[in-house]
Amino acid sequence: MVERPARLPALPASVIGADGVTLSPAPDGARFVFRGPEGAAQAADEAWGTPLSRVACRATMAMGRAALWLGPDEWLLLAPGEEPETVAAQLAARLPGIGHALVDVSHRQTALILSGVLAETVLAGGNPLDLDIGAFPVGMCTRTLLGKSEIVLWRTGRETFHIEVWRSFAPYVCEFLREHMREFGG
Amino acid sequence: MSDAFRTASGGRIDRARRLAFTFDGRALTGFAGDTLASALIANGVHLVGRSFKYHRPRGIMSAGSDEPNALVTVIRDRARQAPNLRATQVEIYEGLTAISQNRWPSLDFDIGGINDRVSPLLPAGFYYKTFMWPRGFWEKVYEPRIRAAAGLGRVPEGPDPDRYLQRNAHCEVLVIGSGPAGLAAALAAAESGGRVILCDEQNEMGGSLIADHTSSIAGKPAAVWVAETLAQLTAMPRVTLLPRTTAFGYYPHNHLGLVERVTDHLATPDPGQPRERLWQVRAKEVVLASGAIERPLTFPDNDRPGIMLADAAHAYVTRYGAIPGGRAVLATANDSGYRAALALHEAGVEIAAVADLRQAPSGDWLDAARRAGLLVETGATVTGTTGRMRLASVSLARVDGEGGVGGTREIGCDLLLMAGGWTPSVHLFSQSLGKLRFDETLQAYVPGAAPQRIRVAGAAAGIYDLGSALDSGFSAGAAAAGGDGKRNFVVVAAAADTGSVLGSLPHDRDPTKVRAFVDFQNDSTAKDLKLAVREGFRSVEHVKRYTTTGMATDQGKTSNMPMLGILSEAQGKTIPEVGFTTFRPPYTPTTFGNFAGTARGEQFDPVRRTPTHAWAVSQGAVFEDVGLWKRARYFPQRGEDMHAAVLRECRAVRAGVGIFDGSTLGKIEVVGPDAAEFMNRMYVNPWTKLGTGRCRYGIMLREDGFVMDDGVVGRLAPDRFHVTTTTGGAAAVLNMMEDYLQTEWPDLRVWLTSATEQWAVIAVQGPAARAVLEPLVEGIDLSAVALPHMALAEGTICGVPTRLFRVSFTGELGFEINVPSDYGQAVWEAVYAAGIPHGITPYGTESMHVLRAEKGFIIVGQETDGTVTPDDAGLTWAVGKAKPDFVGKRSLSRSGMMDANRKQLVGLMSADNVTVLEEGVQIVADPNQPVPMSVLGHVTSSYLSPSLGHPIALALLAGGRARHGETLHVPMPGGRSIAVQVVPPVFYDPEGTRLNG
Repeated sequence: MVERPARLPALPASVIGADGVTLSPAPDGARFVFRGPEGAAQAADEAWGTPLSRVACRATMAMGRAALWLGPDEWLLLAPGEEPETVAAQLAARLPGIGHALVDVSHRQTALILSGVLAETVLAGGNPLDLDIGAFPVGMCTRTLLGKSEIVLWRTGRETFHIEVWRSFAPYVCEFLREHMREFGG
Repeated sequence: MSDAFRTASGGRIDRARRLAFTFDGRALTGFAGDTLASALIANGVHLVGRSFKYHRPRGIMSAGSDEPNALVTVIRDRARQAPNLRATQVEIYEGLTAISQNRWPSLDFDIGGINDRVSPLLPAGFYYKTFMWPRGFWEKVYEPRIRAAAGLGRVPEGPDPDRYLQRNAHCEVLVIGSGPAGLAAALAAAESGGRVILCDEQNEMGGSLIADHTSSIAGKPAAVWVAETLAQLTAMPRVTLLPRTTAFGYYPHNHLGLVERVTDHLATPDPGQPRERLWQVRAKEVVLASGAIERPLTFPDNDRPGIMLADAAHAYVTRYGAIPGGRAVLATANDSGYRAALALHEAGVEIAAVADLRQAPSGDWLDAARRAGLLVETGATVTGTTGRMRLASVSLARVDGEGGVGGTREIGCDLLLMAGGWTPSVHLFSQSLGKLRFDETLQAYVPGAAPQRIRVAGAAAGIYDLGSALDSGFSAGAAAAGGDGKRNFVVVAAAADTGSVLGSLPHDRDPTKVRAFVDFQNDSTAKDLKLAVREGFRSVEHVKRYTTTGMATDQGKTSNMPMLGILSEAQGKTIPEVGFTTFRPPYTPTTFGNFAGTARGEQFDPVRRTPTHAWAVSQGAVFEDVGLWKRARYFPQRGEDMHAAVLRECRAVRAGVGIFDGSTLGKIEVVGPDAAEFMNRMYVNPWTKLGTGRCRYGIMLREDGFVMDDGVVGRLAPDRFHVTTTTGGAAAVLNMMEDYLQTEWPDLRVWLTSATEQWAVIAVQGPAARAVLEPLVEGIDLSAVALPHMALAEGTICGVPTRLFRVSFTGELGFEINVPSDYGQAVWEAVYAAGIPHGITPYGTESMHVLRAEKGFIIVGQETDGTVTPDDAGLTWAVGKAKPDFVGKRSLSRSGMMDANRKQLVGLMSADNVTVLEEGVQIVADPNQPVPMSVLGHVTSSYLSPSLGHPIALALLAGGRARHGETLHVPMPGGRSIAVQVVPPVFYDPEGTRLNG
């Protein structure tokens, strides 16, 4: 068996720091889009290890895995650090014959972490949503825009946001955020 | 460094910080806190610009954003030259360089001033009347000359080196304006705990209170109350104070545009800071406290340097300590003019006369003026002025009860204050589509019914009295925050006076000879307006456009109401009958940089690059833009041009093997028990019988039956399809599929996921393709039997999981390797290395186009244009005729869609076998027929075929399939035409033996 080459991520592993806000790449791993009706979701709750949120725009997390609600029949499953094929095989084995779609998107997108007291302010440079903690609480996630790019935005902490972005849009998003961090020394 | 025109003390300037600046090259100084206007006044400079049309010498009329005259260019360096800035809003900094505009060679001696002498020849509508004939002159003579003469200031020519940022903000209450009403509103709203944004266009907050030395609020001098209130607001974490921030636009759903000027006032801006920031605020509630603007008076020669709004003169003396003249006359229609006269008097300015337009004024201010010894004339009017570069005298006359004017006398002075009453600043309210109501008492338009969540307080609502303004602001702020709080501010202030005038002041001069300016910036006069009425213009909207009144960059802030007054007189109508013009954004001129934000240069749009982009760059690829993607177009070697590179690349693919980056192809994974049924409905093809591990060329139509997209679809499992789309069509195809699933077929158990970027696609094409790949794959049998054309297999390549398609867009034996994107570059390099012994050649999109054209494969968007059916494109074989339905099926059965004479895809060969046709040229039967010719079709693709050694073309031709063998013609410019022969569209290997090898 030929040895598999290393993954070459869409973004370099460099961290951009500023006064009050830091942008860093998130660790690689496995990602899936899971789609299906309620019956399939129930099966996935167990198979994935963290129950999939039935509440709109909410993420759940357990044992390093996360499930982000993206639509009434659509979740983004994240398993940082895990091998896509292994996770896919496990899931396929544990999801019975109920109709659903499980699609590997581990390489379709990449992720960035924006954190710090000014994270909300920097995001507001290109995102029209109300990111106040009251309107966009910890655990909220949604498909939205940053500048001219689609992203999935997920608040993992009061001052921490996880941004999922398609790989070819990642350099744009990274540069967009850097530009908005410059006035804070970024 | 003369401070001859400074008060001894006081004001908001920092006398310890003297700043040097230049105006038209003259070295001057001012103090920190000065605007350019106040600093110029303090230096005794009053001539600051030339007017737009007549090049009349003009001075500073106002102290704010309503300034129509004092427009200047501020120059930081070669690239940073901002024209048309209002000197009244430009804050001076050390080293500021400003120049005047619209004059040549100098402000004192301006050639364009001739326009003033010949003004009788330049009436309203001059252009429309004069440049009618000869007709042909408009484009070549009139327009270029008018354009050269028109316009104020010069646009900088280089790219803008400054940075601009945007920010989205949400708040419970946005308060616009930080005068007494705005501050009270912000205070009330902030007490509710919600998010409050308070913005003000000035550098300092406080509005009218900044220059108010006589009033007190809650037992404190106004300035102290302002300072304490601001300190209180600053300390509240949910309150954002935005000075130097203009609310310029009010859009639906309480969405407002604000521009914050971040660095323009700084001598050495921090490069990390943007020059300006565009705030897009979505406010639950808005409190508009934008104040009121003083009205100028309309009398003959009312535009000379030294003629100023009374409130502006008051601000210059009290706020800036700048003395605007030595001997002043006040012409006033109300009490507020007296406040200015008294402040000037206290500062040592001689008040030569007060001309009160009212017949019998009375009250505290009048008494105070008389106590101060000012000479007050009632029932007086201004009939004219003298002084070219600076006001020299004013003619005052008496008006009797019947409007008769007499007893004119001339008074020498260098300053004339105009106090014509107040116009509430309702621009933003009007932009919010709020209805305006004419208030007879105020003689002004005030806000009426509000269609959005907006409340108006203070002077903007016609509430001029300080106490009432504060109270109205507080209740508006409290109500906006959802409460019902009220506060009665204990105020000691002079009673507000609401008196005003509209229309021209009476005078005894020849009305055909004098000019009383209404719109100072566009040089339109009362006479122009009256002429427009005489010429038959009735609608205020028409008069406005004909005379350009109110259409300058100041948007008629000082001219709209005087215009309505004059029209009302001239038409014998009331003001509401005259009507009102519409306010549009922006409130003040706004730089383009704000709207661009960071969307410029590399960041204008996302630039999408494939996983193997870096490799292509290292090989010297030339790229082309395909949508947002960068695709390698060709790989030139040793100085090859595109033609030579394409020739070499195509031959390599036909003779050996080529490698091509197909990663940008759209990919959609269609999964679920009903996946095949869904595919049957979306695509024209039948899918039920497509076996697992097999591929099919799919065609998707729009509802109207025309080809929308195409691509190879592979079946990975009974319930899983790997669908590919065109590069540009990916998003539209997914949207349309999702739309059908959600709205038409919610019962289908099938789900869609975009997989475009999951996979890097490496196409390996050519007779040697199998030999290159065989050593690299594991778990896949590449033999023709195990993996025939249009089959797919899953396994690994270079240790990486792959979906390997045996497909060909070149007509050769070919494979498309799909690997997860992060492995794309590694696998590509391995395949390339393995291919070197076989002469593997990277090829780009240009060769791909040629190779597929040789095979007669269509490209959606090139052979199709939204009016091509599958049959037109020769693809009837792909249509599942037995299927009950698919998107577009019914449209295909309409008679027009089945007409035998529709344009059909054919091949064309030039009769001389040498000439390469131009893409897009028309095809006719008889090139000698008269123009317009009867056209049979057009060329969609045309190349010199490297494989065949002669030109080939694809074309859409009426009844084309029945014309094979015919000779037709392509007419070219210059009367020449090219003879072409109609042939089938497959030029190369029509039997497909190479494809199936």
